[in-house]
Amino acid sequence: MHFDKDLVAASATPLVLGILADGDLYGYAILKRVGELSGGRMQWTDGMLYPLLHRLERLGHVSSSWGTSETGRRRKHYAISPTGRAALAERQAQWSVVADALRQVWEAAPRPATVVEGWA
Amino acid sequence: MAHDDELEAQVDRWRGYVHSRQVISTADVDELEDHLRGQVADLRATGLDDDEAFLVAIKRLGNLDAVSREYAREHSDRLWKQLALVPDDAADSKVPRWRELAVVLGLAFGAGVAVRAGISWFGDDEVGLVRNVGLLVLPFLAAYLGWKRKAGPRTVAAVVVPFVVLAVVLNVYPFHPEGSTELLAILHAPVVMWLVVGLAYVAGSWRSDGRRMDFVRFTGELAIYYTLLALGGGVLLGLTAGMLQIVGLDPGPGIAGWVMPFAVPGALVVAAWLVEAKQDVVENIAPVLTRIFTPLTIAMLLAVLVVLIASGGIVEVDRDLLIVMDAILVLVLALLVYSISARDPFAPPGLADWLQLVMVGAALAVDAVMLTAMLTRIAQFGTSPNKIAALGLNLLLLVHLGASAWRSARFLRGRGTFAQLERWQTRYLPVYGAWAAVVVLVFPPLFDFV
Repeated sequence: MHFDKDLVAASATPLVLGILADGDLYGYAILKRVGELSGGRMQWTDGMLYPLLHRLERLGHVSSSWGTSETGRRRKHYAISPTGRAALAERQAQWSVVADALRQVWEAAPRPATVVEGWA
Repeated sequence: MAHDDELEAQVDRWRGYVHSRQVISTADVDELEDHLRGQVADLRATGLDDDEAFLVAIKRLGNLDAVSREYAREHSDRLWKQLALVPDDAADSKVPRWRELAVVLGLAFGAGVAVRAGISWFGDDEVGLVRNVGLLVLPFLAAYLGWKRKAGPRTVAAVVVPFVVLAVVLNVYPFHPEGSTELLAILHAPVVMWLVVGLAYVAGSWRSDGRRMDFVRFTGELAIYYTLLALGGGVLLGLTAGMLQIVGLDPGPGIAGWVMPFAVPGALVVAAWLVEAKQDVVENIAPVLTRIFTPLTIAMLLAVLVVLIASGGIVEVDRDLLIVMDAILVLVLALLVYSISARDPFAPPGLADWLQLVMVGAALAVDAVMLTAMLTRIAQFGTSPNKIAALGLNLLLLVHLGASAWRSARFLRGRGTFAQLERWQTRYLPVYGAWAAVVVLVFPPLFDFV
């Protein structure tokens, strides 16, 4: 499924922070987790994750450390920080408001047909 | 195994490609590579072969332009390349982080001590000090480069022996006081020494044209870094001196006697270290300057030619003018060599190459005028060490410029390659060192040390 760029950008931060809140991970594992959580329907451009992680690191939401992978290569692990948890809590609150509002809209107006016929 | 090799080769090529983006640092490439390998491993587990897995993994990483724009938004500072003098991750280098800095500071201090000792030793014999100042400073620079290159015993010998010979010659030859052979030796010895520093720079591979060109680049960058350090140091000293004067202390003797003898030679070693440390961090600035100054130099050379011809009697050209003109020609040569050092050898001929040819042509004309003047003077007044030295230098310049003009004309007309022009420069440079050595070693006895 293709997602609008802005939607990906808006949801990426809470998703990454939420995934890191479960435990420290490296980049590829974070992406795999996103895939699992969305049932494979959400596919990011993989390369975009890293600038995002670096931004979160600069903001102090996550910290990083270099370790080694099972094959002995350098691997960068990310961990959520206390300010990251606070930011996550805030985002969570915001998103639940958005999700709640959207759910009510969806219920009031049934899903529009994907193809509108009769235009000619 | 063959599959793994192929994959490794692909990953290597990809690394090189990604690394060419300056906003993506080495650590970032490592991180992306870890990602890529994880993705490839998972895809292979689902039954794809290496190639397919690699292609899919690359595709998922996304368009490199878009990704590097994202990196640039986060790390805009990296577009201003950062100079990491002491590398953060010691994992990459085997030398401990601070050892090089310690060596550099030690050698810079050593050069300062040597100059300070020289000042005390020679006392009022200022000419003696000037004669030896290169010998007091440049061995420290050569030592740093040799240390950096882990020079073998042959390189060490090739560097130490000339320095010892020069030290003996410059101090044992019975120069007449204020004689011209002494002045010539003082002027030419640094050229020889610089060539010896070059031997330390290229270490074992002194035959390699590429390494020689690297030394040319090193020299240009060193001059620029040194100038910048001198400017910064001058500002600092000026402020300090101003403060001391306000307090009522005279900073003069302290600065002249202690600060300058340490700062001036020390800055040379530090500048060399900066040039070595920056690697590709800062774009080479010397070639940029040559681009700007080539057209200006053409204008200057043409003006000089017009003045020389309009003033009528070329015979009346005096010695001071000849010296200035030689300096101009050496400058032209430096411009030529630097613009060649920075040019992509495979690029087709362009406007800059034509400008360069015009400059070389103008310089040749000036050189011809000067040679005529010199020969006339020699015919009129006979020879002297100064005239022979100047004549020799001008002949060397004439050959260098003439062959350069010929080769760049061939290149511009598509009959020769740029590499030939470049090789000519690097092959010819040692000739200047050899000539300078002749002036230092042979001229004084030849002319009875007058």
